[in-house]
Amino acid sequence: MKRTLILTAAAAAIVAGGAIAQDKELTIVSWGGAYSKSQIEAYHKPYTEKTGVEILNEDKSANALAGIRAQVEAGNVTWDVVDMLQADAQRACDEGLVLQIDPDEWLAPAPDGTPASEDFIEGTMGDCFIPQILYATMFAYNTEAFPDGGPQTIADIWDTEKFPGTRALQQIPQKNLEWALIADGVPDDEVYEVLATKEGQDRAFAKLDEIKDNVIWWTEGAQPPQMLADKEAVIATAYNGRIFNAQVNEDQPFEIMWDHQMFETDGWAIPVDTGKEDLIKDYIKFATDTQRLADQAKYISYGPARKSSAPLVGKFEGTDIDMKPHMPTNPKNLETAIPFDVQFWADYGDSLEERFNAWVAG
Amino acid sequence: MALPSYATNSERIWYYAFRIICGLIFFFLVAPIVVIIPLSFNAQPYFTFTKEMLSLNPAGYSLRWYDALFSSSEWMNSIANSFIISIASTIIATALGTVAALGLNRPNMPARALITAVLISPMIVPLIITAAALFSFFARIGLSNTYFGIILSHVVLGTPFVVLTVTASLAGFNETLIRASQSLGANQTTTFFKIILPLLLPGVISGALFAFVTSLDEVVIVNFMAGPSQTPMTVRMFSGLREEISPTILALASLLVALSIILLTTLELIRRRNERMRGMSPG
Amino acid sequence: MAKSETRGRQPILAADGTPLKDALRRSQAVERRRAFSLVAPLLFFILIVFAIPIVAMIWRSVYNPEIRNYLPQTAAALADWDGEDVPPEQVFQAMAADMIVGTENRTIGRAAARINREIPGARSTMMRTARKVDEWSSPYREKFLEEDEDWANLEFWRILKRESRVITPTYYLLAMDYEYTSDGDIAPRSEVYQIYKQLFFRTAWMSILITGICVLLAYPISYMLATQPTRIANLLLILVLLPFWTSLLVRTSAWIVLLQQQGVINELLVGLGIIDSSGRLRMIYNQTGTIVAMTHILLPFMVLPLYSVMKTIPPSYLRAAKSLGAHPFRAWWRVYFPLTIPGLAAGCILVFILAIGYYITPALVGGDSGIFISNLIADNMQGSSAQLKLAAALATILLVAVLFIYWLFNKLVGVDKLKFG
Repeated sequence: MKRTLILTAAAAAIVAGGAIAQDKELTIVSWGGAYSKSQIEAYHKPYTEKTGVEILNEDKSANALAGIRAQVEAGNVTWDVVDMLQADAQRACDEGLVLQIDPDEWLAPAPDGTPASEDFIEGTMGDCFIPQILYATMFAYNTEAFPDGGPQTIADIWDTEKFPGTRALQQIPQKNLEWALIADGVPDDEVYEVLATKEGQDRAFAKLDEIKDNVIWWTEGAQPPQMLADKEAVIATAYNGRIFNAQVNEDQPFEIMWDHQMFETDGWAIPVDTGKEDLIKDYIKFATDTQRLADQAKYISYGPARKSSAPLVGKFEGTDIDMKPHMPTNPKNLETAIPFDVQFWADYGDSLEERFNAWVAG
Repeated sequence: MALPSYATNSERIWYYAFRIICGLIFFFLVAPIVVIIPLSFNAQPYFTFTKEMLSLNPAGYSLRWYDALFSSSEWMNSIANSFIISIASTIIATALGTVAALGLNRPNMPARALITAVLISPMIVPLIITAAALFSFFARIGLSNTYFGIILSHVVLGTPFVVLTVTASLAGFNETLIRASQSLGANQTTTFFKIILPLLLPGVISGALFAFVTSLDEVVIVNFMAGPSQTPMTVRMFSGLREEISPTILALASLLVALSIILLTTLELIRRRNERMRGMSPG
Repeated sequence: MAKSETRGRQPILAADGTPLKDALRRSQAVERRRAFSLVAPLLFFILIVFAIPIVAMIWRSVYNPEIRNYLPQTAAALADWDGEDVPPEQVFQAMAADMIVGTENRTIGRAAARINREIPGARSTMMRTARKVDEWSSPYREKFLEEDEDWANLEFWRILKRESRVITPTYYLLAMDYEYTSDGDIAPRSEVYQIYKQLFFRTAWMSILITGICVLLAYPISYMLATQPTRIANLLLILVLLPFWTSLLVRTSAWIVLLQQQGVINELLVGLGIIDSSGRLRMIYNQTGTIVAMTHILLPFMVLPLYSVMKTIPPSYLRAAKSLGAHPFRAWWRVYFPLTIPGLAAGCILVFILAIGYYITPALVGGDSGIFISNLIADNMQGSSAQLKLAAALATILLVAVLFIYWLFNKLVGVDKLKFG
């Protein structure tokens, strides 16, 4: 009994000690690599400078939903702000794991006074989700591998005769199944309808089977540019910002194929029970204002989610490169684009992921 | 097993074939570890020997990856984290394990076999299972993302080695030495410090080294358990190897090889000293 | 029997006059307590920080409280439902009440997420309906059915009823590629979802293969170590101990450097003109990668026990057999080999038990075809479709396998015989 008491007291002291140290500290979960760097430069550094609050960056966004679930269930939330995909944020919201956000209470208005709820691009704001950027996932290739010109359409990706070599795809069903159906001739606007049926799913997997022997898989956003650079793959799906950074910073001979790019929103969600809501609110208000979102585009080619930020987007930091043509939201890049269906994946994600994982390992 | 002069031809062939086979196996064991050392001095960001390196041109070699390692605050923090965690868990594991081994070797220890099996089990249970179990448990009691939690989990992993090595050094222990010491008038304390401890020490030290290396090398549990401020070097290496393997990792790997050579030498010296003390070997 | 013996004789007394037997027993009890008190701190530590978490994990693998907790009234109302027809009004009423509470507490999504695992799409049906239900009044049944025809889906209700059990074998079924059909029978899952059985088998056969290769490689060098003069043997032993003491991650990265397509071996082969640059060998991110790297990593665990046994076999045995006329091979097979079996058994069990739980090396060099069941346990602990309970079930199955082998090992070899270095 006595020993238990001492142990409990010791544990309590350690936990309490930790809590005191964390008072002026925020743990922010994000995706790592060039993306985290853009957030550190555009949001974290200026915020720390302004307030003295220290920001810890944790690269665990790929596990955001599972992580928040585990922390909330255990009643021990250590993540303060989490950068996550809209589909995951929607699920976390439904499950009561993240705070509901009133945009006009939480977020700063645009410089001209437009309230936040009207300033963000339509359809991006969620009940619990504060959008930051629009980003695209699309195919890119190493031009050195295709001296006579690289693939131009999704159908070309499946044409391993004309464009031989390894393809690097992300090891998730999302987007790959959509592209497989498009390559199989499904019209753009029917993709999700078809994918909701058993036959449609079989069809998508059968199409993926055609190139499976030519595929290697990536799991982290930093991998595809690396794989293209090492020529481990000649064609890869990737986040457009990562390819852009490799083109500009490392002078890599990469080309983006914008055909049927899939764009999606990424943003913040705030777990419940952090005990630091005021501090978080202050950070979020700062980090999502018009200037900050425009600043982020100086470091990575993702489109700001605020309409008022768009005119402020300038050149890539330290260069003379105009960022606008490299944005996924640039009209030319949007011609055949497919909006990623958050609702569909919130419903079918579990089952398709299971099937996909079995398919990959099989 | 030198070849006797009367060996037949087939024995001769077999003799040399056997030596060649063994040589190849030893090569297989050591070459991969040795090969990363020169590669860590590569002036280029490649993982192969460049032409300049092969022609021993100094321009092919550089310290740039070591420089990158030492000038990165992220790497240095994580190395510091690794040592904080390993040293703390080694101290606790050695203390708990040594005392337990002393108890286990008492002639009257009840349920010895069962208790030994339980104490050794953390070494046998796959790390991913331990990680799955501790991850949820520690999250619930507020120990995930804390140094304390990680250290506790590494103590669990380290103690079996201490128990085993100390037990082994006690197994060769000659009880008459204690009686001799006591009959010569030494009290219990003197006997412990003058007789038992010196004989025990080699086992304790090698157990501690095992616990230390186990903790330093552990990546599965910390990968689930460590927050950003506790990230040890293994987790950083692991994600580096998955994402973009950079020669910086090879620089760190080479340093770790150097560390293991030091540890190995220490152990070897201890072993020799031990054998001498027990009069097992003449040298 | 014992009594009649003592009656016949006078009990021997200790110095203080108590029977010697009692005194002895007492002093032994004191000794036992003393011995135990030395072990106790570690034992309790291991129990609290290791055994209890594992028991909790096993409990989690069968614990299924979501429906019971987040749809309590519906679960109760469904208890009387026979599963033959769309449930009666009272079930819908209970569902409506649960939804109102669940929306208030923001927990309705947790129940919805649980059902969505079984029926994709059920999540959004439930969430959509839950947003409207507080505007409705009884009778609810028609309004539900009007809102979405999925509410008439018998399978949905059956699953709800089935999963309102707090203890469920569901995750063990999944872990062995089985599932409940909508009638409540147990059947294999559709082939496109099957994976775990295959991975358990792969883990087993690849571990056996790795153990086998380790035997083939360890036997000759252990023999050499055992038969060389001490000075040379000690030097050679360092070649075994160096990898043993080198970080697992270091050894794995060494193999990545050697085996990858732009790696040392491929460059060497291209440089020597044996293969051309487009024909580079794929030796990593597949089963080959896992087997090569794991063999290298586990080989010392085979060499060390073999060597320590071989060291104790006098070379004169083999000479004696030969001088008695046995063919060298026969002499080796009939005399030497049987004496090495204890070391061989220890090495094999050790290597096998370590191999089947491996995670890091397969994750880094195994690609898709070279991963083990541990990797799937880890996958189920991460990602947005993480299933911690399935991970717990898989881990429990693996744990039972490992403990069985451990028990066997302990019985055959004795765990306290393990030696390192």
